[in-house]
Amino acid sequence: MQEQIKTIKENAINEIKVTEDLKILNDLRVKYLGKKGELTLILRGMGALTPEERPVIGAEVNKAKEEVESLIAEKEQKLQQEELNKKLQEETIDITLPSSKIIRGSKHPVNRVIEEIEDLFVSMGYDVEVGPELETDEFCFERLNLPKGHPARDMQDSFYITSEYLLRTQTSAVQARTMLKNTEKTPIRMICAGKTYRREDDATHSHQFGQVEGLVVDYKENHVSLADLKGTLEVFVRKLIGENLDLRFRPSYFPFTEPSYEVDVTCFKCGGKGCPLCKQTGWIEILGAGIVHPNVLRMNGYDPEKFGGFAFGTGLDRLAMFRYGITDMRYLYTNDVRFLKQFDRKD
Amino acid sequence: MKLSTNFVKDYVDVDVDAKTLAEDMTRVGNEYDSVENLIKATKLTIGKVIECKAHPDSDHLHVCKVDVGTEVLDIVCGAPNVREGLKVIVALVGAELPAGTIKQSEIRGQVSNGMLCSMAELGLEHKFLKDKDRDGIHELPEDAPIGEDPIKYLKLDDSVIDFELTANRGDLLSILGMAYEIGAIYDKKVKPVDLEYTAESQNVENCFKVEVETENCTLFLAKKVENVTIKESPDFIKNRLMASGIRPINNVVDISNYVMLELGQPLHFYDADRLGNKIVVRMAKKGEKLTTLDETQRTLDENDIVITNGNKAIGLAGVMGGLDTEVENDTKNVIIESAVFNPVKVRMTSNKILRSEASNRFEKGIDPNRTYMAIERACHLLEKYADAKVLSGTCVYDKADKKEKTVEIEYKNINDVLGTNISKEDILDVFRKLDFKYTSDNNKAVVTVPTRRLDISIKEDLIEEVSRIYGVDNIKGTLPKGETRASKLDKTYRQIRDKMIALGLNETLTYILINDKESHKYTLDEFEELKLLAPITEDRNTLRYTMIPSMVKTYEYNKARDINDVAIFEIGKGFYKKQDEYGENTKLCALMTGVYNLGLGVEKQFDFYVVKGIAEEILNYLGYENRYSFVRKDQMPLEFHPGQTAYISVNNDIVGVIARLHPSVENNVNNAKSPVYVLEINLDKLLEKRTGKMKFKEISKFPSIKKDIAFVVDTKTTSLELETNIKKSAGGILEDVRPFDLYMGKSLGEGKKSIAYSLTFADPKRTLTEEEVVTSMQKIIEAVTKKCNAEVRNA
Repeated sequence: MQEQIKTIKENAINEIKVTEDLKILNDLRVKYLGKKGELTLILRGMGALTPEERPVIGAEVNKAKEEVESLIAEKEQKLQQEELNKKLQEETIDITLPSSKIIRGSKHPVNRVIEEIEDLFVSMGYDVEVGPELETDEFCFERLNLPKGHPARDMQDSFYITSEYLLRTQTSAVQARTMLKNTEKTPIRMICAGKTYRREDDATHSHQFGQVEGLVVDYKENHVSLADLKGTLEVFVRKLIGENLDLRFRPSYFPFTEPSYEVDVTCFKCGGKGCPLCKQTGWIEILGAGIVHPNVLRMNGYDPEKFGGFAFGTGLDRLAMFRYGITDMRYLYTNDVRFLKQFDRKD
Repeated sequence: MKLSTNFVKDYVDVDVDAKTLAEDMTRVGNEYDSVENLIKATKLTIGKVIECKAHPDSDHLHVCKVDVGTEVLDIVCGAPNVREGLKVIVALVGAELPAGTIKQSEIRGQVSNGMLCSMAELGLEHKFLKDKDRDGIHELPEDAPIGEDPIKYLKLDDSVIDFELTANRGDLLSILGMAYEIGAIYDKKVKPVDLEYTAESQNVENCFKVEVETENCTLFLAKKVENVTIKESPDFIKNRLMASGIRPINNVVDISNYVMLELGQPLHFYDADRLGNKIVVRMAKKGEKLTTLDETQRTLDENDIVITNGNKAIGLAGVMGGLDTEVENDTKNVIIESAVFNPVKVRMTSNKILRSEASNRFEKGIDPNRTYMAIERACHLLEKYADAKVLSGTCVYDKADKKEKTVEIEYKNINDVLGTNISKEDILDVFRKLDFKYTSDNNKAVVTVPTRRLDISIKEDLIEEVSRIYGVDNIKGTLPKGETRASKLDKTYRQIRDKMIALGLNETLTYILINDKESHKYTLDEFEELKLLAPITEDRNTLRYTMIPSMVKTYEYNKARDINDVAIFEIGKGFYKKQDEYGENTKLCALMTGVYNLGLGVEKQFDFYVVKGIAEEILNYLGYENRYSFVRKDQMPLEFHPGQTAYISVNNDIVGVIARLHPSVENNVNNAKSPVYVLEINLDKLLEKRTGKMKFKEISKFPSIKKDIAFVVDTKTTSLELETNIKKSAGGILEDVRPFDLYMGKSLGEGKKSIAYSLTFADPKRTLTEEEVVTSMQKIIEAVTKKCNAEVRNA
């Protein structure tokens, strides 16, 4: 009997060893351990044994069963793992093939710059204002200390629709609107970006272009000064164009500010050493700014004896060009899809 | 304004070179455009042609030996006037001329070590060249010193700074004004102007009269000189005129221009014998004719100031003189006019007729004290350089305000505005440098502003002077100290823009100006088009009403570059005039054609339903879900496909449109290769319709039941009709209805279609029973079959 058990066990071990198939392995389980399995049958046949033999043989059979069982389990796990590996192998793909493209549109560079400027000034407590593009002579010029016949109007050759209506030549028109609509005459901090139009069209001037305008008006005792204007513009320039840039205030003339300045920034291409971009001067003119002219305050309902402030403005197209290294202004308005699609990611 | 540095040195000592001067002037607010030498050539010398032989191999070239002092050079020259004994300008090997560098060369076998030059080759502006300068090399006088610099010898060694002056600084349109400005920078005194001459005993007031009949002339002076000799001006006058951009003519005409350049007061010289014995200044009559110096007949109106001889116009005041009384070569006696005219009137006239050096100065204002100075200066120069006899006396009409303004300013005020800490002494020093008189105490200065500085009248102007001359380079930037409040920023447009970008569209920036023929296309709205009074080109002569023409143009541009898949959008303005009211609307416009990449690798051609989906996405995103519908109109623009156009109605008000372009338009833009769709929404109109706030809705804890059903209807019946009736009859437990299939097949019969709907039934408060849903379905079927003439399609 014991010899028989040993033989069965050895046969089972051998057969399990050579099996490389889960189905055959399962058949082996049935063959040795199933209800009619060889080892099971020995247990069933134990009735013919002596009471002394029974426990000995029983223990022997159970031991053999456990041994076979564990071998099967072990083999089963190994075969399952192999099968999984094979499947994974089969499922392996060429990860270098192109992806399924996810759709993404793009934002125009000028609007990107506008949003960035608005966000910056909003963070400093400025309101974002808007105004009409079809303006009146009154708001575009007269309320900004530019009466009819003023020679400074030559600086801005205009598109008139009638003698009174024109396409605004400057976002400064919104200065007057903002001051006038503030009936409580409280302090103002505002920024306004938008489209402007002048009657000129050449390689460096588009008849339609973007401008941004800033205005701060506060009580005289708060001393809104040229130093404050400089500090504000430093933040603006350093955030938008580049850290470590310096500003230079060159006296100039705008009818709506007095004193007035043209503001140069260190040439960001050469760092101020001189290059073709800055025409060897080391500086690039980017802004017009100044202290709000008392006439402008007065004409728009603010008493210049009680209030003071500063204003500044700049062209958005050039800013966008600097910002993204755009080489020709015309790209901004021809809307070549190959151009537009380049502006499809975060800044 | 072109500044001759030689000229300004008559009145102020300048120790720096022209480039430094230009930079320093820029620093105080007078920006320069360029600094150039009047003659743009180097390595020139005076030479003498000592031998001149015909070139053996040419019928026009000469082979010359030229003595340049240190050596004798072989030079081949092609000028017809080259000859033995002539003193010439020689460009040596290595000389830089405007046309290039002179190199040693061989011209048809003959060595040439340089070039003999004409004035043209030295870079003198074309308009200053005389015929002889164009035809041959420049002939120097016999006594010209060999080996010396010919430019110095000809007094052409001048540097010219071209300034872009600001509109308020009319005073800088004169050498004297520039001298004051330069004097302030370098702390130098300005030298006096020589006004001396010998007056004849005869008084002009006895033989000439000035009458002014208009308030637009505040000051008019006239003097008379006799027996002038008309000839060429001395070199220094000619050279300075050329440096300033004015062509020399003859000594008398040149002197009038010279004084204008020098003092900023335009003068006019009349031939006294052709003028008669009086001048009357008045406004022109409508339609009055005048032939100006440039031999052009001008038609005038009531806004033009004219100079007359009592009968007819002889000059356009402040702009240009008349041909009839012009100074000519036979002129003997001259009436000199020095006057002040209303700047606004002169500006209007010159804008209409002609911009001139004179009008440019009148427009910016004239210092009346300078008017008196200028007429004296002219007499001085005419006596000196035209042998004139100057009559005593002056005909004067004077209503001008010649008083100097006084402006009071506190030092603290200056420092408050600039954010600086400039001392009283430094502030007063600025006024002294500017040659302003002042009185001062510990707190303030009272400044007397000279009449030449018409730009200064209030204390802010003086603050600017301090900031200019003292300099603000060292100001340390600070931020405003006032109260900061929460900012106002309407993000709606940004959000729409970001949504469109998320939908895969590319944002454009188009011009608002279009051709008037386009302005009423793509719309049936009634409005008057807005045309520019003075367009640059007819292509862009009108403001757009709808943005669609701009987008179609953009598509055409891309199409011409073989870009076929275009999905673009923009938020911009459309303009109108309706019942005498001018206005503008903010619009969202998109154009879509070709392949639309839906993401995840799914691509399809743009079709009406994709575009409708984009429109819905925007409307839903903005909070208008369930409040809009797409409706047909009987009338629609010719540019739209009549079967594929839908107007967007929100709260029963049309706010926009989606449309396929009409095949005829598609044919124009892309040969009908692929359909083109547009979308336009009037955002002003849409956004004024209020939306509810975004709010959380309890998620149902109870299961929903889904049922599908298909109806067969006439093709004319719209899905909207079916949906509406489904919703109406469902009895409150229908959560969602969604069409998912459209079928049109022969099996349904002619003129029939089948639309299948997926219906979702749910109740947020309880679990629905199957019977309830079945009952609801029966009601739906009953209503739809009856009201829409539909049949349930059996699967």
